Amino acid sequence: MFALQDTKGEALVTQATQTEETTIIQGGKEAPVNNKVVAKDVAVHYSGAQALFDIDLDIPERRVTALIGPSGCGKSTFLRCINRMNDTIEGCAVSGSLMMDGVDINSSDIDVVELRARVGMVFQKPNPFPKSIYDNVAYGPRIHGLASDSTELDEIVHRSLEKAGLWNEVKDRLLEPGTGLSGGQQQRLCIARAIAVSPEVILMDEPCSALDPIATAKIEELIDEIRENFTIVIVTHSMQQAARVSQHTAFFHLGKLVEKGTTEKIFTEPEDQRTQDYITGRFG
Amino acid sequence: MASEHIVKSFDDELSQLDNLVATMGGLAESQLHAALDALISRDVVTAEKIVADDKQIDGLEEEINIQAQNLLALRHPVADDLRLVIAGLKVSSDLERIGDYSKNIAKRTQILTGAPRLGTSNSIKRMGGIVETMICDVLDAYLARDMDKADDVRNRDEEVDALHSSLFRELLTYMMEDPRNISYCTHLLFVAKNIERMGDHVTNIAENVIFMVSGHRPSEARPKDDETPFTLVDSE
Repeated sequence: MFALQDTKGEALVTQATQTEETTIIQGGKEAPVNNKVVAKDVAVHYSGAQALFDIDLDIPERRVTALIGPSGCGKSTFLRCINRMNDTIEGCAVSGSLMMDGVDINSSDIDVVELRARVGMVFQKPNPFPKSIYDNVAYGPRIHGLASDSTELDEIVHRSLEKAGLWNEVKDRLLEPGTGLSGGQQQRLCIARAIAVSPEVILMDEPCSALDPIATAKIEELIDEIRENFTIVIVTHSMQQAARVSQHTAFFHLGKLVEKGTTEKIFTEPEDQRTQDYITGRFG
Repeated sequence: MASEHIVKSFDDELSQLDNLVATMGGLAESQLHAALDALISRDVVTAEKIVADDKQIDGLEEEINIQAQNLLALRHPVADDLRLVIAGLKVSSDLERIGDYSKNIAKRTQILTGAPRLGTSNSIKRMGGIVETMICDVLDAYLARDMDKADDVRNRDEEVDALHSSLFRELLTYMMEDPRNISYCTHLLFVAKNIERMGDHVTNIAENVIFMVSGHRPSEARPKDDETPFTLVDSE
């Protein structure tokens, strides 16, 4: 179901002229956690132009990892590698290895539909289906056959909306169209829809950029709550948001991973000058 | 610091903070200089002026607090910018304490005018002179973001501690020689202690400079040579 949605991605990176050698700094102390996704030497080409160069990045389980960097730095491209959304883009070639729980997600015997049920996605603009609130959430569990009867489906819908912090606001109008909700509610509906199929990883591409501060705070609170159960990767242009919601941060620049580490470390004591310049607002 | 921010007014506000710290530091340095001069030359008029002028230092500290608070609330500084604001706040409170000690020396000067001339003024002058240079150097290090210079200042505090220890012994000796000296010598002990404490505050400032530049505080213990906590009068 998630493949239905990506109509317009971020501007594709076309620069491939980067020559300097990038060193990646692993900063900060972190408690030992399982790595849900392990990327090694991931490179992406769009019709010959290289957009991502040798990305090595571990995504820790049940943590929020924020990907930051200027527009066109490759963070969304990397995000889309994790559920193979790049497959839908003509001329896009992904190389290197991306392992989820030790299994290569780019291997030919991976069922992409099943992968995208395990790796959900929430987009920049809330994009509910032109269906009722109930059907928006029930759609995924239905096509994946997750509920054996309507009682069970009702339960999944209820639980998902509750987890997404939307239940109390919509419980009396479940059959009204999802598109009739406010922007922030629509985005929480999309998160409920993503949660409904019990994914392991949730990818969020600028989930709050179209929302006001209150709706943004609600989504951030939601992210903080659901990270108990899910591994979350969020792309955001708001550095303050990355600082607020994530435990790990990776800084991308010109298609390369410049620095990764705990969020505290990146925002108080970054090691690479480019990270420092970017987060302090010295280049954009 | 490194390059300029995209938003230039942010740079302006950060350098304003720098300027305030520089002004405050300059004032703290001149207050100490004047306090030492007044003490040695028994100049009560200057001493009174020093006591009154301490308000300027306090006022600057308040200005720095407001400037830092505004920067934190409105600019949300991170990384080196954040460290600059934090260091500015902490340095200003150390400078404020240094100002207080000069004021205290000036207050005691007003009492000490009637004291017999004991041979301690040279030691006090020397000790105070070292601290004065340390204040000057640590401010240079602060404004130039010079970690090595800050570290050098930090290590010089050992000399101050050593002088304090020897002054302490010297003053004890005078007190034992003639109990009439006790009252004056006690005041001089406090003066010496004040100068020694100023050295400690300069050391704090130096450590904040190192933090501001590098992101971490110096870990190894600095050399210390203050024996006064362990000094006893031999009453035989």
